[in-house]
Amino acid sequence: MHELGIVFHMIETLEEVAASNELSAISKVTLNLGEVSGVLPDYLVDCWNWAVKRTEVLHDAVLDVMQIDAVTVCNDCGKTYPTVTYGKTCPHCGSPHTVLLRGNEIEIDSVEGM
Amino acid sequence: MDKIKVIEVKEDVRAHNDRAADALRERLREQGTLLINLMSSPGSGKTTLLSATLDRLASELSIGVMEADVDSDVDAHTVAEHGARAIQLHTGGMCHLDAAMTEQGLRNLGVDGLDLVFLENVGNLICPAEFDTGAGAKVMILSVPEGHDKPLKYPLMFEVSDLVLVSKMDVAPYFDFDLGELEKNVRMRNPSAQIMPLSAKTGEGMDTWCAWLRSAVANWKGVKRPRSFWGGQRD
Repeated sequence: MHELGIVFHMIETLEEVAASNELSAISKVTLNLGEVSGVLPDYLVDCWNWAVKRTEVLHDAVLDVMQIDAVTVCNDCGKTYPTVTYGKTCPHCGSPHTVLLRGNEIEIDSVEGM
Repeated sequence: MDKIKVIEVKEDVRAHNDRAADALRERLREQGTLLINLMSSPGSGKTTLLSATLDRLASELSIGVMEADVDSDVDAHTVAEHGARAIQLHTGGMCHLDAAMTEQGLRNLGVDGLDLVFLENVGNLICPAEFDTGAGAKVMILSVPEGHDKPLKYPLMFEVSDLVLVSKMDVAPYFDFDLGELEKNVRMRNPSAQIMPLSAKTGEGMDTWCAWLRSAVANWKGVKRPRSFWGGQRD
């Protein structure tokens, strides 16, 4: 139940956001979720729908998940490629010296509330 | 009626935990207590290794152990018999510990006078690697029967670990386990990780491991500043 732990962390952060912006209810939360973040969107939404009912400020909040495709850059040839297709080895030059550019995000983008 | 407001947050969900972990680590530094996050698969021999470690070090260091499990308290009883101050943490179905759970555990354990605390994380190679507990060092155990290809399957665990203990070396002759291949696979992910083969059963490598612990504790205490652990920030 990895996703449930993520949801609990989200709720803590969002309750702080609500308090500091004087929101009494959050109606929508947009999350940027990287393709290789290790979090499954369907499970996350299921856990979310269960957990927010146990809160006040997020009770009716909808979770909108935006997937971010994973991209890796090669430090030897400088080209980028899709991480999920080729993994750690650069398909352009065969180098193992590659770094994930994006795709590991579990980032709260924005909230809507009143 | 109030108008709907849109607020840009742009914060990673893990940042909340990272801040709590940094604060906890700082308090442990001031206290002079080294917290080690011990991670592995279920059945890798964590409790056996801890028991053998306590038998060697409990007379010279004050050691605490927090055993995290989804349920049961068999492990806490076992390590307490070997001279540790021990408590069991139940995660209530959660697959990993975070900084808040670790802090709660430390408060229940009581760290006053402890040189070293082992946090035996939930047996799992995935999410314990993603959540900083506030520990001063991360050690993972890979047992020989699990195979030398694990760094390829669970890269993050090997990337975040300071030390990889290769446990159950006594059974290596019966498995297709290649220590050289393992080192190659670990180095690819984490060039600075130390790799230490050992066996709690035969005692192989245990002296090296205990020496590593002694020096890690001494280094941690070297930056100690005297102040009460919870710093008056807590109730």
